[in-house]
Amino acid sequence: MTTNNLAEKSATENGVYDLAVQSVRELNQALHDQRHQLTCTEWKVLNPKGQHNIAVGVDKKLTIDIQGHAGYYCAGMNKEADITVHGHAGQGVAENMMSGTVRVKGNASSSAGATAHGGLLIIEGDAGSRCGISMKGVDIVVKGSVGHMSCFMGQAGILAVCGDAGDALGDSLYEAHIYVKGSVKSLGADCIEKEMRPEHIEELTALFERAGVTDQDPKDFKRYGSARQLYNFKVDNAAAY
Amino acid sequence: MSEKRKYMTEPRESATFDRHTLAEIRRAADTGIYDIRGAGAKRKLPHFDDLLFLGASMSRYPLEGYREKCNTSVTLGTRFAKKPIHLDIPVTIAGMSFGALSAYAKEALGRGASAVGTSTTTGDGGMTPEERGQSTKLVYQYLPSRYGMNPDDLRKADAIEVVLGQGAKPGGGGMLLGQKITDRVAKMRTLPMGVDQRSACRHPDWTGPDDLEIKIKELREITDWQVPIYIKVGATRTYYDVKLAVKAGADVIVVDGMQGGTAATQDVFIEHVGIPTLAAIPQAVQALQEMGMHRKVQLIVSGGIRNGADVAKCMALGADAVAIGTAAMVALGDNDPKWEEEYQKLGSTAGCYDDWHEGRDPAGISTQDPELMKRFDPVEGGRRLANYLRVLTLEAQTLARACGKNDLRNLEPEDLVALTVESAAMARVPLAGTQWIPGANNW
Repeated sequence: MTTNNLAEKSATENGVYDLAVQSVRELNQALHDQRHQLTCTEWKVLNPKGQHNIAVGVDKKLTIDIQGHAGYYCAGMNKEADITVHGHAGQGVAENMMSGTVRVKGNASSSAGATAHGGLLIIEGDAGSRCGISMKGVDIVVKGSVGHMSCFMGQAGILAVCGDAGDALGDSLYEAHIYVKGSVKSLGADCIEKEMRPEHIEELTALFERAGVTDQDPKDFKRYGSARQLYNFKVDNAAAY
Repeated sequence: MSEKRKYMTEPRESATFDRHTLAEIRRAADTGIYDIRGAGAKRKLPHFDDLLFLGASMSRYPLEGYREKCNTSVTLGTRFAKKPIHLDIPVTIAGMSFGALSAYAKEALGRGASAVGTSTTTGDGGMTPEERGQSTKLVYQYLPSRYGMNPDDLRKADAIEVVLGQGAKPGGGGMLLGQKITDRVAKMRTLPMGVDQRSACRHPDWTGPDDLEIKIKELREITDWQVPIYIKVGATRTYYDVKLAVKAGADVIVVDGMQGGTAATQDVFIEHVGIPTLAAIPQAVQALQEMGMHRKVQLIVSGGIRNGADVAKCMALGADAVAIGTAAMVALGDNDPKWEEEYQKLGSTAGCYDDWHEGRDPAGISTQDPELMKRFDPVEGGRRLANYLRVLTLEAQTLARACGKNDLRNLEPEDLVALTVESAAMARVPLAGTQWIPGANNW
């Protein structure tokens, strides 16, 4: 066995990958191999230094701690794993996630949780533009603020923003639920403020509980959703298209 | 009799305001809505009929038509993928969604393509078990909407096609009207039943070629670099798009000309955006050649391919394979005259029916209506498609042998001439009987 093989075996068994010396490809392959043969459930990724595509396509109940900043698409298409970025995350963190949990301790760039079908995404800092774009069932909690066009064409799931929202929130919204505590710069086409009824307080309370958010009161939030006026084309709405 | 009638034999129709144009003005005034339809550009465009092959004679040596081999197989995705796709014939089935087409129609496409050793492609809305079950080689489209997108299906795919656009509507998103959003379609797309589904025109998590390069690496990482990744573009600035697609890391590039069909979009989009397939191929090939990537990154061409001559001409211009959509639907039975009475009831006629978005297709193909769907037999449809694909291949082989080529990919532009100045300029082959290629060598 070569020295490299020894190092790799060791990394696979103890779940520590140092991206200063090992590649993202090696890491991802090792994580994917866990689907077939589980060798370790607790993983640590050292020196990520903004590299892209870290821990994408994971399909196993693993805990993965990324010790630093991650680049684009970190935790993309995640299934089952609980992934934490101990730093900031680049564009498209947890994009198309199916299940599991992704937590970003810092800020996230644009398109966080884009098109994600399930699971829970928690961003402890701010999120950039298009947070939750085309979300399809994921629940997203942003403890800070979100940028413009967030929840654009949101289909299902919950986006909870503890700070403010930028322009055109929920544009062309389908059935995603949006809750914002702070100000909303503007609402997108077909997105309206809706009454916060007891079931929504309950929904948000349960979400905060799942996300480990203890310093927020759901009663302080406003609810936004689809007016459902653009669901079927009507010429009278031409200006909105 | 008026003075005017006295001197004119018949009323004069305006070339500018012809009957179709007038009818469109009236329709717009009546409804206040732009016309939405399926299929591709219907206007007359420079096309493959404007090219001819120069068969062998004294200066070239033909191959015996029925005795000597002419290879039709092609391998796609040899650049990076661990498992490139091997096709027995260079004619693939273009992306058409379950939703736009019935599940039976998708199954038939799989049956027909598999029978002759070629691939099918999913479409917006995800992968159905019917199609995966019947397609031995299935290309999974990665579209802006990501409807039904999931890593399990991604790993089941034999290739992934990142769709940036299509020839019928480069720069436009998809559309599936509420009539076709049945319970099953709605569930696959996470949409309420009966809503008009609007697909975004650009991807939600990347914006330019530098981002796309990272996105493609993500898809490769998720699939452990196993399968080829295609990039599909609608034909517009094809030279630049192909160069950027190569830079972004494509294994295969699909260029779809403006005759390429769609399930539904605005007529004005179909007829006025994009360039003809004929004009796009030389641009794509030039870009690949300049990068030293011709044949290394394979080129698939689609948009208005109807017969073996079209296939052979695409290959001669430098394509590695072609894709068919509209023609495959016709082979399945779409627009068949046997449904003429019903086409008439829908205000159309067999051969012209293009309201595929309405879900009332008498042939039971572009519909989700259970009663209409029953009219279509996927086994028979698959058999018809396989027959048609075999004919396309035999015809292309016939032409290649006549040009002395023992492999379809050995056909070359030198084998072609053009019938019109326009097609000569676009295809970059000489006008028949001359050595003139308009635009070449500054003349």
